[in-house]
Amino acid sequence: MRATPMLAYKPINLGRWVVWGLTAVLFLLLPAYFNRGFSLTLLSQMGVTIIFALSYNMLLGQSGMLSFGHAVYSGLGAFFAIHALRWIGAGTLIWPTSLLPLIGGAAGALFGVIFGYLTTRRAGTPFAMITLGIGEMVFAASLMFPGFFGGEGGITADRAAGAPFLGIPGITFGPQIQVYYLIAAWCFVSIVAMYALTQTPLGRIANAVRDNPERAEFIGYNPQRVRWLMLILSGFFAGVAGALAAINFEIVSAENVSAIRSGGVLLAAFIGGAAFFFGPILGAVVFVFFAVALSEYTKAWQLYLGGFFVLLVMFAPGGLSSLILMNLRVLKFRKFKRLLDPYFGVLLSALTFAFGTVLLIELMYHVTLDVGQGPVIRLFGMVFDTSRSPAWTFAAMVVGAAAIAFEFYRRRFRHQWHDVQREIEDWVRDNP
Amino acid sequence: MEATISQALYGISYGLLLFMLAAGLTLIFSMMGVLNFAHASFYMLGAYVAYQISNWLGFWPALILAPIVLFFLGAAVERWGLRRVHKWGHLPELLFTFGLSYIIVELVQVIWGRAPVAYRVPPELDGAVLWLQKYDITFPQYRMFMMAVAIAILIALWLVLTRTRIGLVIQASLTHPQQVEALGHNVPRVFMLVFGGGCALAGLAGVVGGNAFVTEPAMASTVGAIVFVVIVVGGMGSLAGAFIASVAIGLLESFGKVSDWSIAKLGTSMGFVVDAGTFGYDVLRLTLSQVAPVLPYLVLVLILIVRPKGLLGTRED
Amino acid sequence: MHEVTAASEHALGDSAPTDIALALDSVGKRFGRTEIIRGVSIRIPRGERHAIIGPNGAGKSTLFNLISGRFEVTSGRIALNGCDITNRKPYQINRMGLSRSFQITNLFHRLSVFDNLRCSVLYALGHRHSFWKNLNKLVDVEQRAEAILERVGLKRRRDIVAGLLTYAEQRALEIGIAIAGGANVILLDEPTAGMSRGESKHAVELIRDVTEGRTLVMVEHDMSVVFDLADRISVLVYGKVIATGSPAEIRGSEAVREAYLGQPVAVA
Repeated sequence: MRATPMLAYKPINLGRWVVWGLTAVLFLLLPAYFNRGFSLTLLSQMGVTIIFALSYNMLLGQSGMLSFGHAVYSGLGAFFAIHALRWIGAGTLIWPTSLLPLIGGAAGALFGVIFGYLTTRRAGTPFAMITLGIGEMVFAASLMFPGFFGGEGGITADRAAGAPFLGIPGITFGPQIQVYYLIAAWCFVSIVAMYALTQTPLGRIANAVRDNPERAEFIGYNPQRVRWLMLILSGFFAGVAGALAAINFEIVSAENVSAIRSGGVLLAAFIGGAAFFFGPILGAVVFVFFAVALSEYTKAWQLYLGGFFVLLVMFAPGGLSSLILMNLRVLKFRKFKRLLDPYFGVLLSALTFAFGTVLLIELMYHVTLDVGQGPVIRLFGMVFDTSRSPAWTFAAMVVGAAAIAFEFYRRRFRHQWHDVQREIEDWVRDNP
Repeated sequence: MEATISQALYGISYGLLLFMLAAGLTLIFSMMGVLNFAHASFYMLGAYVAYQISNWLGFWPALILAPIVLFFLGAAVERWGLRRVHKWGHLPELLFTFGLSYIIVELVQVIWGRAPVAYRVPPELDGAVLWLQKYDITFPQYRMFMMAVAIAILIALWLVLTRTRIGLVIQASLTHPQQVEALGHNVPRVFMLVFGGGCALAGLAGVVGGNAFVTEPAMASTVGAIVFVVIVVGGMGSLAGAFIASVAIGLLESFGKVSDWSIAKLGTSMGFVVDAGTFGYDVLRLTLSQVAPVLPYLVLVLILIVRPKGLLGTRED
Repeated sequence: MHEVTAASEHALGDSAPTDIALALDSVGKRFGRTEIIRGVSIRIPRGERHAIIGPNGAGKSTLFNLISGRFEVTSGRIALNGCDITNRKPYQINRMGLSRSFQITNLFHRLSVFDNLRCSVLYALGHRHSFWKNLNKLVDVEQRAEAILERVGLKRRRDIVAGLLTYAEQRALEIGIAIAGGANVILLDEPTAGMSRGESKHAVELIRDVTEGRTLVMVEHDMSVVFDLADRISVLVYGKVIATGSPAEIRGSEAVREAYLGQPVAVA
């Protein structure tokens, strides 16, 4: 991406231990705060999606490979895991449930070898389309072999059927809190492992292949081989995520290998930002929030997610992490005060615009899809009657006025922002 | 024999529809380097807009007006959306169209609902083709009409590409986009026209395809993936390759869907015993008709192994 | 037409094949119906600094692309240290000991200067595709990269992202990447393109220093650089070598002057 600001994210050495330590503590203590059933489900899903999104970013951010079929690896990993879980429950397989993700990972890596060989023969846009084709192929095939894939209903298993963890009675992974800790542990280990990978020769060469595959050939590397290896490793972690999802939901179906899942992880990684390691972590959290929490409140959540994504692509293709880091950089250079005023205007008008748009969309959704429930909707504590025009006119006016205000403040903001950025970049260039 | 011809005609008509989509996609990709992920969504929009217009004015006005509406929609998307993203590079452009496809599907559901809509074949085109009936070949008139439209568009496209100046520019950009940019053509305006034109083509495909098949929110995804397969198999940037691939896949689907053939049957006819005890029987006994949804993707895999550039591919991109 | 001097005849006739670092035999390249390279034959002995000059469009970059494996030849053979490398993949040729720089700066623009150099030494030092070693703890990689960094004079720009360097610094890094892997045959494509007089002088010293003991093949337009550095010069016009010889011979050649140099120019 030509216009990505060049930032280096460098954790200081002592700070590194502090950061990892704090993360571990955070994972440990989160349930104390979010202890209601629904929150635990949310956290568990976030944990799984974090691993999935990070594995995806090994391809996208690290190696420059845009895949539309990553759910193949996590989904197949999930299928292998759930069958293993059934065998564990039936006594046919002796394997600790807590190490089930290893089976999922192995399956993911295996298919990384097979499909990876095919997909990495091309790069760039053809690669993206080939992954789409392979993803569709696996999805279509999954409906043809009900023995393994369970057809429409999928495959189910009982996650508590295995031997208790380390022999401790009571830790069966039946209760959600135990599943959360299992996921949290694997999530922590996976994050550490995937971060470590970025500091290896292969990881750095993958970056080189991303930046300039042609030049990489001239330093002795076959770009196809490098991409294939990264895909295998990425498939491993995707399989780990898939297995954890299998344990969490106790059911795996064709949906796990669908294009929807593949699209979802792409959104998650991109929303967080592909250029920084922690970006997909943030993106996974936001994505699960949209998909799981927001979907409880409104039927239009997919539209909001899509719109949010498109706005990011248009105005901040580096994702949320790039927005945060850019602002942190401005803070570091102590020029943030100049942005406070324009920011205020931009954010206020943006929020109003969002409010108006949301209202309009909710009104429309209600009219088309919830007709049977009467004409009235509640939004943010206010009541609107969809059958009368005032609600619509109000919404339209808010949208219109906010759009104008936003455009006005946006130009002012952009002016200031560009000035600040130029000053910073000049200073960096002149002061190595 | 008659059934075979009938099947072949079905396959060709579907293939030509695919080609209408693939042609628009190839033009946009070759000219602008953008893979329009939302292309199938414009196909869907074409069907829905045609449905709406035919409710108000009838089918024939819809046939003319719907593609025009989609042309302007596409041009607007390019002018105010894609153009902004152009400076970030090809990846964000692709992601933009990806997000757009998401949004279009949702908007369609908001406006027309989640259930399929009753977009029907006009009564004057309903029924079987009479002169084929004489040879005992049953083939719907509407499918014939679909083929006629597709072939007409093909010829028009060919004429534009080879006989007009803008056609020359587009042809050149099929293989050398940067040089064309460097030659000083009003590139932004040409981009807008090409994108709008590609979307109009997709919309037209939707107009004629929507009532032959079902018009519902899922129609974009079912056809979308196959179009991408066609593009890769035919070779990216090659219209001729896309044509061959479209017709081939159309025929494959058409014949595959009705075939009872399976590996197990082949084995038994050769004298082997293939039954429930044989290893891999689950796979062997699958008939072609059961495997039909996967066939295009198997072709994709085959091409990738044998000839990664595609049948007539020219660009390494 | 091929002007052969006593010196080059000696090289062709007496040396054993492996003394020839790079040998082109009737190499031809055709794009469609257009012949860009027509039957080029050159023999470059080991340790020589050889410059290829010629008017624009003569095919110099194409020749480089053929040698380094970026393009496939239509006819002829190319041998590196006695081994046939015709139509091999670039990474294979690189592993056999040939490295190149590019006319248009071709770096890993999102990696730091240091990382650019580190990546360039990884394969040569045997680390290949290892994903179990910590890159920061590989002492041989660090040392080699630091050494190159020092040599190309980019030490104080070590951690800057390559895309942010000045033009001259990027050209220096280009050369650094080309030599980092320890290749013994180095192709430099217009290394001083776009540089000022002062920067060119600096670059020439750098090139002289880093190619000590190695074979250098260089495409250049700047005649002062060519006459300063080259042991022998080949003149390429319309895809054919019209003359090969020492700088003095080339300067004095009638054919070359006619085809390329035009009026005699005082070369400082």
